[in-house]
Formats: sequence, structure tokens, C-alpha cells
Amino acid sequence: VAQLATPAVRRGSPPSLRARSRARAERDRLDSWRPRWLWAALAVPGGLWLILLFVIPFYVVLAVAAGTLDPIFQSPIPVWNPAFWSWSNFAQLWHELVGRDAFLLPPFLRTVAYTAIASVLSLAIAYPVAYFVTRYAGRRKSLFLILLISPFWVSYMMRMLAWIDLLQLNGYVNKVLEFFHVVSSSNPVSWLGGKASTVILGLVYGYIPYLIIVLYAGLDRIDGRLLEAARDLGLSRWRTFWRVTVPLSRQTILAGMFITVLPMFGDYFTNQLLSGTPSTTMFGNVIEGQLGVANLEGEGAAAAVLLLVLLLLPMVYYVHSTAKASRENA
Amino acid sequence: MAVVVPAPGTAAGTGVQQGPPDTLVTPMSTFGGRFTRFHGPWRHPWGLEAFTWLYLMWSIVPIGIAVLFSFNPGKSQSSFQGLSLRWYLHDTGSVLRDAALHGAVVQTLKLALFTTIITIPLGVAFAIGITRWRSRTSNGFNFMMIFSFVVPELLLAVALYFVFDQLFTFVHFGTDAETAALVVWNLSWPAIIVRARLSSIGKVYEEAAADLGASRFSAMWRVLMPFLLPAIFASTVLTFASVIDDFVLVEQLSGPGSQTMSVLIYSQAHGGNNGPALNALATLMLAFSLVVAVIGYFAYRFMTRGERGSRTQAVTTIAGM
Repeated sequence: VAQLATPAVRRGSPPSLRARSRARAERDRLDSWRPRWLWAALAVPGGLWLILLFVIPFYVVLAVAAGTLDPIFQSPIPVWNPAFWSWSNFAQLWHELVGRDAFLLPPFLRTVAYTAIASVLSLAIAYPVAYFVTRYAGRRKSLFLILLISPFWVSYMMRMLAWIDLLQLNGYVNKVLEFFHVVSSSNPVSWLGGKASTVILGLVYGYIPYLIIVLYAGLDRIDGRLLEAARDLGLSRWRTFWRVTVPLSRQTILAGMFITVLPMFGDYFTNQLLSGTPSTTMFGNVIEGQLGVANLEGEGAAAAVLLLVLLLLPMVYYVHSTAKASRENA
Repeated sequence: MAVVVPAPGTAAGTGVQQGPPDTLVTPMSTFGGRFTRFHGPWRHPWGLEAFTWLYLMWSIVPIGIAVLFSFNPGKSQSSFQGLSLRWYLHDTGSVLRDAALHGAVVQTLKLALFTTIITIPLGVAFAIGITRWRSRTSNGFNFMMIFSFVVPELLLAVALYFVFDQLFTFVHFGTDAETAALVVWNLSWPAIIVRARLSSIGKVYEEAAADLGASRFSAMWRVLMPFLLPAIFASTVLTFASVIDDFVLVEQLSGPGSQTMSVLIYSQAHGGNNGPALNALATLMLAFSLVVAVIGYFAYRFMTRGERGSRTQAVTTIAGM
């Protein structure tokens, strides 16, 4: 209201009119926009829900991780007051991670390695695809988009089930390989018998649609005229790509990596479905396996806290940049 | 000499008209490829297109095969024997008759319905609130919301497991706990999508309503709401579909007899005991999601008719971009 009124007023209207209009604007603001608390009232229920079921739960995890065990039932007893926190669960976790019988170290390193390989592979596949669809799909853009997004609408479990069907001993993958005489039919490849490559393939297949969506949205925002200018100034296609497109999409690539790396670190089902053997156990399986087992729950909580702390930096960075972008847009 | 040739995809003229008037516009073909190393500068990248199609085949064909096997009359998930609805309708072991399979479908739809009914009003109000209410608290809420969007689902599941186990013990594992958790996990859909729509509408319509004497409440209800309707609808579709597909929260917080479709598939897929019945279940899940997506797409197009924006924009909004 004020914004609409001021310019006309500034342009030399008589003072009486200016005063009257200002008074009216003030009255309008006070009268017609009566429930001043309306916006706050709208935000509070959702905010409360998040405080109760998002913020407090993470405090509870901390309290359980820093808590003690019931001497009889061996069930975890959370300690709510930070002054009385015990570090025994963390000490035990630390011992199992780096101590002499460090049986948690291999799953941890494996998780890092699988996630790194899978996310780099995803980027190598997703970037060219997203780039093609944003720049060159032309009139067929909606068709390509629908096809790209379609896996997003298929549940993760079904996509894994599809690969379980294909990768069985007598499944189509082995049949195709036998047809080309890569493997003999008497000795088929046991893809689901605990192969790291199968798990990595599963991770790539599972999370790549999210990456492509993020990359597409980011690449689509790059001004095409900049690329045209680069070509006009004599840069070749490759140099335009490397010196204009890639630098402009750095933020997008980073966001896309977060979107794939964060869930991969917490993934336990891909590995369980496609391998299910201890040789490919990931950190997510460790945490998941300790829930519901009374005497291990405290340590499971400690492992969850450790993972949270490790992922906190990328998460805070992502949240910060997203919040900044949304404030600038608003 | 500058050579300006509009790219085939871009609207001709957007870049061209801004050049100085004395710029000589010469089509690339006059060079005959003799003075330049490259041929057409905007030549279609066939290699890239082939790569894209390969990717699309890799991402879609396995799912198609899995759907096909749900119509397999035999028990095999690796050799195809014909078409039948045996795993959907038959008296034994089919989705319709088998209690576990049937129950999973019902439980999934129940959770999706409950979660959507709570999430959408909560999330839409939250989005309007944090966008319009400028304060430290609303910034904090915004931070929390985006955090809940990026936190790995397993960590959220662990946290909620402990909170229902130790603190809020009146919430029982099973449908209650799962619904409460899924609302947290999905609240960011309406919040993000409605907020994006709000910032693209701007404040002008509300201000006009205020000038015409509307109260804050009626400006919101009678001016803002109709504008937000497509975004609300898109987020409803997304929430519903994402609950149907949810696995981690549902599995970790499950109670007796609250198995959903994804949990059932997870627990039985590796052994392969149920044969194509699992594929039938997964196909039904796919069908639910696709029906919701298609309805969502057309309804969104209908609601935003007459606005600038294209099919691509509708597709991307329905996918939560």
C-alpha cells in the first residue's frame, strides 16, 4: 500500500493531500490488515510439528547415545541432562572403528568408497544427459523430460526388484552374456552373490534420477545467449562447454552431488537386496542392524550421531545456500 | 565480423536483436567449412543424443521387463511363458486373495491418505507463514524445513524410532508412528512448492485486495488461495506418490500387521519365494503412482491454463522441481 502511494505523493502534490493520503494509508494498514498475527499463526503449527518430530528426536538420539544401559534388561536408558552424559557408547564405537579388532572400519571405508565411485559415475552419466535435454532436445523437450522423470515415479523397491529379476543366475543379463559367449552357460556369473560392482550399479541406478532432475533444473537456468556469445567469439564446442557451461554449473553440480551422496551414506537396502552378504556391508547396515536389539541400541544411536556429524558440514552448506537462494527469490 | 545464427531451440531474435545495428549477420554456410575447423556450429550432437537414449533404455527397460513378468503364468522370474492375470486375481497366492499381499496394498493406501490429509494443510499454511512472516523464528522454521529435506532418511528414522521408544511412548509403532514420521518427511514438498509459487506471484495482488478493503484473512483466502491452487495440487500429488513409495521410515517404525507394499517387496525379494506375485504388487504400486502423476499433470495444466508457461513447466512442477 505504502509503495503504491508514495511516488504520486512525492511528485509535488499539495501538502494537505499528501497528509490526507498518508493518514489514509496508515488507517488502511491498521484497519483492514487486522489479524497481524495471521502469518505467524499459519507458520506455527508446521513449525511445532518439525520441532516435536524433527529437532527433539535428534536430541533423543544424542541422549540415548550418551546414556547408559539398564543393568538387568540391557535396554538403553537415555540421559537427558548433558551434565551427566556418559561417553561409553562413543568410546566403544571408537574402539570398534579404529581399535585392534576394528570390525566396523571395513564397512565404513566401504561406504565411503562405494558412495564416491557411485556418485562420480552418476555424474558422468547424468551430466551429458541433462545437458542434451536442456540444450538440444528442442521441441521434444517435454517427451524427454517425461522419460527422464518416469523412474522418479517408480518406487525404489520396484527398481531394485527389476534388477534382481535380471541379475539372477538364469536371468536375462547372464543369458545375453552367454549369447555373446562372454560367459559359459555351465558357469554363470553370480551377480547377486555379494559383488561390489552390483551394489555400486544399484546405487547409481537408484539415485541417478534425482541427480538428473537437479542438473536439468540448474542447466536450464544458464542463459543460452552466453553460450551463443562464446561460439560467436570463436570458441569451439568443447571449449565453450569447458569454459562457460561447466563454470556456470558448478553450484548445480555441487547441489546434485549432495542430493545423491547424502542418501547413499544412509542407504542399507540397496546393498541388502542386491548382495545381502557381509562382504559388502555398509555403514547404514551397521546402524540399521543395531535398532531393535536392546543391548546394541545405545551403540546404534552413537553410530547414527557419528554419521550425522560427518554429514553435518555438507548438509549445513546445502541448507544455507538453499535458504539464501529462497530469500533472494522472495 | 560477427556471425550470429540463432540456435534452433531458442526463440529466434532474443539474442540477435540486441547486437549493434551495423552487425553483419552472415549465415555460416557461406564459409563452406573452409575457413573454420567446425562445420555447422549448431550441428545436432548425435553422439550425445545416442547416449541419452541409451541411458533412457537402461533406466526404463528393466522396469518394463519387471512389469511384463507380473503377467507371467509360471513361477519363473527369468523366463517368460505367456500372458495371464494369475498373480493378480487367482485364488491362491495372488495380490487379490493372499492376505499379506492384499493387506500391504490396503496399508499403503491408508498411510498415503492419512499422511496427505495432514501434510497438505499443515505444509501450505507453513509455506505462506514462513514466506510472509519476516522474523527470526520464521527463518529458523525455514532452516528446519530444508534440513528435514536433506537429512538422510535412515538418520531421521533412527531419531524417530528412539523418540517414540523413549519419549513419546503414547505414539504406538505402526500406523500412528509411521503417519507422524511421514508427515515430517513430506512436509517440505508443499512448503517448497507453494513457497516457490508465492514468490513468483509476488505481493501485488494482495496489495490490490488490501487497497480495495480486504482484510488480511480474506485477501489470503479469496485472492491468494486461487493462485496457489495449482501448487497445492502439485504438492498433494507428490506427497501421495512419495508415501506410496516410501520404505525406510515405514520399515523402521512398523508395528505388528502394518506391512506396506515396499516393505513386503524388500523382505521377500532376495529369496524370490513369492515369484511374480511380488512383481504384480510392484506393478500395482507403479500403476497407483502413474495414475496419480497423470491426473496431476492434466489437472495442473487445466488449473494453470491461460498462464504463461509450457508443458515442460507443468512436467517439472509435478516432479517437484
